[in-house]
Amino acid sequence: MLQKSIFLNRSVKIFLLSSILAIAPATAWGELVIRVTQGNDKPTIVAIPPMVMAGAQLSEDISSIVESDLERSGLFKVVPRNNMLSFPSDADDVYFRDWRLLGSEYLLVGAVTKDDDLIELSFSLLNVNAQNTVFKHSVRGTENQLRDLAHMASDKVYEEITGIRGAFSTRLAYVTADQVDGNFVYKLNVSDSDGARERLMLESSEPIMSPAWAPSGDELAYVSFETGRPAIWRQSLVTAARKQLTNFRGLNGAPAWSPDGKKLAMVLSKDGNPEIYILDLTSNKLSRLTRHFAIDTEPTWEPDGKSLLFTSDRGGTPQIYKLTVATKAVQRITFRGNYNARPSLAPDGRTLVVVHRESGVFHIATLDLKTRRMVELTETRLDESPTVAPNGAMVIYATKQGDRGVLSAVSLDAGIKYSLPAKSGDVREPAWSPFLR
Amino acid sequence: MNISLTKLGLPALCLSVLLAGCSSAPVDETTSTIEDTTVQTASVEMEAETAPAMVEEIEEPTNNAATVFYFEFDKAILSDETRAALVEHAQFMMDYPTTIRLEGHADERGTREYNMALGERRANAVKEFLVLQSVSPGLIEVISYGEERAAAYGSNDDAWGLNRRVELK
Repeated sequence: MLQKSIFLNRSVKIFLLSSILAIAPATAWGELVIRVTQGNDKPTIVAIPPMVMAGAQLSEDISSIVESDLERSGLFKVVPRNNMLSFPSDADDVYFRDWRLLGSEYLLVGAVTKDDDLIELSFSLLNVNAQNTVFKHSVRGTENQLRDLAHMASDKVYEEITGIRGAFSTRLAYVTADQVDGNFVYKLNVSDSDGARERLMLESSEPIMSPAWAPSGDELAYVSFETGRPAIWRQSLVTAARKQLTNFRGLNGAPAWSPDGKKLAMVLSKDGNPEIYILDLTSNKLSRLTRHFAIDTEPTWEPDGKSLLFTSDRGGTPQIYKLTVATKAVQRITFRGNYNARPSLAPDGRTLVVVHRESGVFHIATLDLKTRRMVELTETRLDESPTVAPNGAMVIYATKQGDRGVLSAVSLDAGIKYSLPAKSGDVREPAWSPFLR
Repeated sequence: MNISLTKLGLPALCLSVLLAGCSSAPVDETTSTIEDTTVQTASVEMEAETAPAMVEEIEEPTNNAATVFYFEFDKAILSDETRAALVEHAQFMMDYPTTIRLEGHADERGTREYNMALGERRANAVKEFLVLQSVSPGLIEVISYGEERAAAYGSNDDAWGLNRRVELK
């Protein structure tokens, strides 16, 4: 019986971040690279000539950031820069017929100016067929925020044309796992929603799991085994300061912030087997919500904060149940198939996203809570950890490519797909941030 | 699959790994001699058919019963082999009380937090059996790693079978 050596070689590193808004100059792309694999049948065609600053070189190509944002949504196709006859930066310089010949339906022109330390990006969206200006807008930030300014322009264009709020200015948290010289290295990272500007939050030789965004978007809760046992932590993205929230015997897992950010739902097995608890983050009061000998886990909040959805195998197989916080009443939600787990709700409050097993294969599926219609969104084999964009357009999930964990994305109607293959290691457990700012 | 490979006369190493990975039969028989936590390494040095082997140079009391116990998908039922090994452990712990740690694991299929719960359920099943054999619960610590610490890599039945396990340390 080998009792020793379990606690050797354990290491944890915390990474101090400067403010999340004042990020170091972007080192081009982070660890994730995005590839669109399936788009809309009839995408909107938009041309985005280079947006430059007179007399200066910018550290980022703003137009190409906007181009990749829009193309990644699957709803747009961009006119290649090489085909453009001119690079107008102002609506007055535009010859609409040139752009109509290129098949462009919209044209986004803009330019960057500098005033003291502030950069201003002014841009206009033009309707090529109607030959008019749809909107004129400008955004400001520091030179370090060029990517943020570009994503804000993408959000504005996306919302104008699709009617859906853009989510390009959001972030992703995810866990990577690697083996270096036989030792495990787990990392908790945060990147922009396009995978750029990856920042390391925590590095540990012990597992890191289940990152969850606070509704404010400036904090994460997660599970770390750094003490030799699982414990739930919260960490600020602004100061990197962190605090251990739980240290119970047994499981300490699956943290989920309440919509008002004041409570954390979680799973603890301190009383014998996994049950759902709510921790009040102000009073530190812990209340137990479930009481069943089966596995109860993976709680997620309904938007009104009055009930939770969770996974339980109390019926013999893992299925989704609904739990009313006030009464602790439990009601079964999923019935199709013998494995439905890890519920999350789309922002419409009606589309439930789950991990669903059909014929031994794990897919991401949606269940319309009104019509009861279930749709499989993905075709790969080991799909898990779905996370819905705050605008409800896309789901990012973890899957396998060969023996490696990678992230992929699919639209909620399954029509659009893209993958975010990592250059190395195993990427898992994506968590999409709420809208920021 | 196991039968045809046996006819081919594959080395004991491969056979033991395959048997251990077979999801439809009790799986811990061929790995019952493992005395370290590294499953694959220990399998290499053992023969497929051996019952619990005794190491001869005894300096201090040792117990050579299996320390890795395997399970079916989404199940926490102890196999006959696991029970036999645990009876030996319980006997040893009665003679030489010592604290142990039971680490529960799951294969990569299914969701991560559910697998954490499953790993704990498996480790608790082992603990409960030991307690039934009169081992003091205070000597046993249970921890689940879910699917976070695979013993074997690969998305196939063999690897999955090796990963659905409880390790006694």
